[in-house]
Amino acid sequence: MAEAVLRVFRGDSENGETKDYKVPVEEGMVVLDALLYIQANYDGDLAVRWNCKAAKCGSCSTEINGIPKLSCKTRMDSLPRDEPITVYPIKAFPVIKDLVTDVKWNYQKQKEIPPFTPPEDEEMIMYQDDVERSQEFRKCIECFLCQNVCHILRDNNAKESFFGPRYLIKIAELDMHPLDTVDRSELLRNEAGVGFCNITKCCTEVCPENIRITDNAIIPLKERVVDKYFDPINWILSKLKED
Amino acid sequence: MDKYETHEHDVIVIGAGGAGLRAAIEASAQGATVGLVCKSLLGKAHTVMAEGGIAAAMANVAPEDNWETHFKDTMYGGKMLNNWRMAEIHAKESPDRIRELERWGALFDRTKEGKINQRAFGGHTWKRLCHVGDRTGLELIRTLQDKGIHSGIDVYMECIITDLLKDGDKVVGAFGYWRDTGKFVLFKAKAIILATGGIGKIYQVTSNSWEYTGDGHALAYRAGAELIDMEFIQFHPTGMVWPPSVIGILVTEAVRGEGGILTNSKGERFMEKYDPERMELSTRDVVSRAIYTEVKEGRGTPHGGAYLDISHIGAEYIMKKLPSMYHQFMEFADIDITKGPMEVGPTTHYVMGGVRVNAETGESTVGGLFAAGEVSGGMHGANRLGGNSLSDLLVFGRRAGLGAAEYANQIDSNTLNINNQQIAEHEKEMLAPFSNSNGKNPYTVHQKLQVIMQNYFGVFRIEDKLKQGLKELEALINDSKVLSIEGSRIFNPGWNLSIDLNSLFIVSEAAARCALQREESRGAHSRVDYPESDNKKWNTVNSVISQDGDSMKLVFSPLPEMPDELKSLFSEDQ
Repeated sequence: MAEAVLRVFRGDSENGETKDYKVPVEEGMVVLDALLYIQANYDGDLAVRWNCKAAKCGSCSTEINGIPKLSCKTRMDSLPRDEPITVYPIKAFPVIKDLVTDVKWNYQKQKEIPPFTPPEDEEMIMYQDDVERSQEFRKCIECFLCQNVCHILRDNNAKESFFGPRYLIKIAELDMHPLDTVDRSELLRNEAGVGFCNITKCCTEVCPENIRITDNAIIPLKERVVDKYFDPINWILSKLKED
Repeated sequence: MDKYETHEHDVIVIGAGGAGLRAAIEASAQGATVGLVCKSLLGKAHTVMAEGGIAAAMANVAPEDNWETHFKDTMYGGKMLNNWRMAEIHAKESPDRIRELERWGALFDRTKEGKINQRAFGGHTWKRLCHVGDRTGLELIRTLQDKGIHSGIDVYMECIITDLLKDGDKVVGAFGYWRDTGKFVLFKAKAIILATGGIGKIYQVTSNSWEYTGDGHALAYRAGAELIDMEFIQFHPTGMVWPPSVIGILVTEAVRGEGGILTNSKGERFMEKYDPERMELSTRDVVSRAIYTEVKEGRGTPHGGAYLDISHIGAEYIMKKLPSMYHQFMEFADIDITKGPMEVGPTTHYVMGGVRVNAETGESTVGGLFAAGEVSGGMHGANRLGGNSLSDLLVFGRRAGLGAAEYANQIDSNTLNINNQQIAEHEKEMLAPFSNSNGKNPYTVHQKLQVIMQNYFGVFRIEDKLKQGLKELEALINDSKVLSIEGSRIFNPGWNLSIDLNSLFIVSEAAARCALQREESRGAHSRVDYPESDNKKWNTVNSVISQDGDSMKLVFSPLPEMPDELKSLFSEDQ
């Protein structure tokens, strides 16, 4: 049987090194299979976060040969075999152990977004064309790969001033819901920091659900903020209203 | 004794899938302080894997539909072994639970009139499944997650509960550990709701994730509660069969609901033989046996399954209604389902059996201990209909939340006495694998267990093999008392598994004992040596498992009697 060598990060947030493992390769095998093989046959304490193993839950995000991916969805036969396959934890979040990172920050951001609020006592009549925009964003499996590659979070660690692509599409999803009544523009402009995004589209590239994060969510959100706060006519109208 | 941290809530919910989240939301709405403990990150529970839809007699697409028909379909599907009251409550309340979900932000696919669209599914008389393409479970869990985090619930992620603590005959706390640090934690509570899902990981071929180790079943059993109907394990007819890496991954029943056709290697549409009336939309037990039989008799596909073809409905429609199936086959198996058939075969999917509960409140036979969703028993009888699980989670999750909050209201928190000796003994047991030398490797033990369950307790069962299986199972449990693991307590899956094995063993033994005793075929339990349903003896009893000292006790107890007005619904059919 064919073999592959996996070079896996072992360690915590302070110390760590890679370790090489030889793994037999079966047809159709994915990187997560190889990691589970290592657990069962070499190092039972190798920390890996995973659940469904079917690309539906978004738990097993890792960096494979330097590219952020779901390990359950990355086929071994898609990777060159002449060098070891490197497997590292996602970089934008602190390592707990081995391939598992502390992603709790994301859950805090979600809490800061005011939830969907429909009009009181209205029947929920909505049409397919109108729900499809939000449905695209609701495909998100919260793998946080977009958060991981966004250079504002990854390189600048600006977690105090920017919510990241995941929560911008969350806001977009709520804003584009046909029956939502909440205005989240202030949040978007200030705490969520939509202005920081400079549209490099790295998030869109890594999304395993192929959500067009930048084009369909972030750019419309940016336009909304610009229209509301920086369009001179709107600005004058809003000042008049205040008076 | 190791130090542990303590948290106190009126209600503790164990498990954060659909049932756990819905229960937590309800208990919190009733004014209880709620802690929600989950084995994984929030939103990753197995509910995300539900694909096809959620069943409710909304009558948006089929105006003829009503709760009575849904009730009857559920009872027929369960081969009349269901707890009739649960099936009745479920049929009556699911439409409200879906409307409520929509007001919390769920975005179902729509009809032309702007209502929630509904699709056909096996065993349902009318088009009844509300859905979002083929990712309905994700929609459900995300909606509940959003609602939950804004409801003042404290969420404890990646925390595993390993023991329930009692004071006299009522529960007073749940003990466990954090996966990230390995440190112990105690949750003191007036009421505890189990919402831990199923037991699929006792089998080799399963659609279930690693978490599905029967924790709640085992916790309840060890706390003195009863488990019913554990012989009824659903083998979903359509799991992937190739390549090896993805064997068992679910192929949604919505493929058949949208018109998918099953054929064997000879090109025959074999369901004509097994259920000519309903064909591919027969119930899951029937379709699983049909595929299994076709393969066994030499008419299987190259990888030992059946062909399932949906390509005739057109690529555009497939991409709209079954997008994740398209990607699943494209990415894992190099197969384009818009152009040709998939290969599918049975995969362990769901356990109908579980904690015996009061239909109204979800309370078990132990004071203060509640259960909802897959971990509870009774609702689905001998076979669950597709789509009835998601609605079960919402209906009975809410009821368990109500029941637990009401119960907690009557309990004085000063009466919650924690037994520290029990904790000390339990800690010692859990930590033993770190210091044992020459113990068994938990991964190897788990693999052996899966082989036994797969070989002897699968789609078809027969006395000799059941006895042999039970013997091998008992031997394995006996040989696995001493386990050894490596590493530290910090995020250590080997250690996690060494503890999970306790639960896996209990639910395996329960399933094995019940399967051996029920000498008939009914729903998902198919005995080759007793191929018919025995409607004189076996349609009137539940199998009941409980702990008796160190051994497992199995008795049979009569089904609750259905009132005349519900009985009359069935006589109309005859």
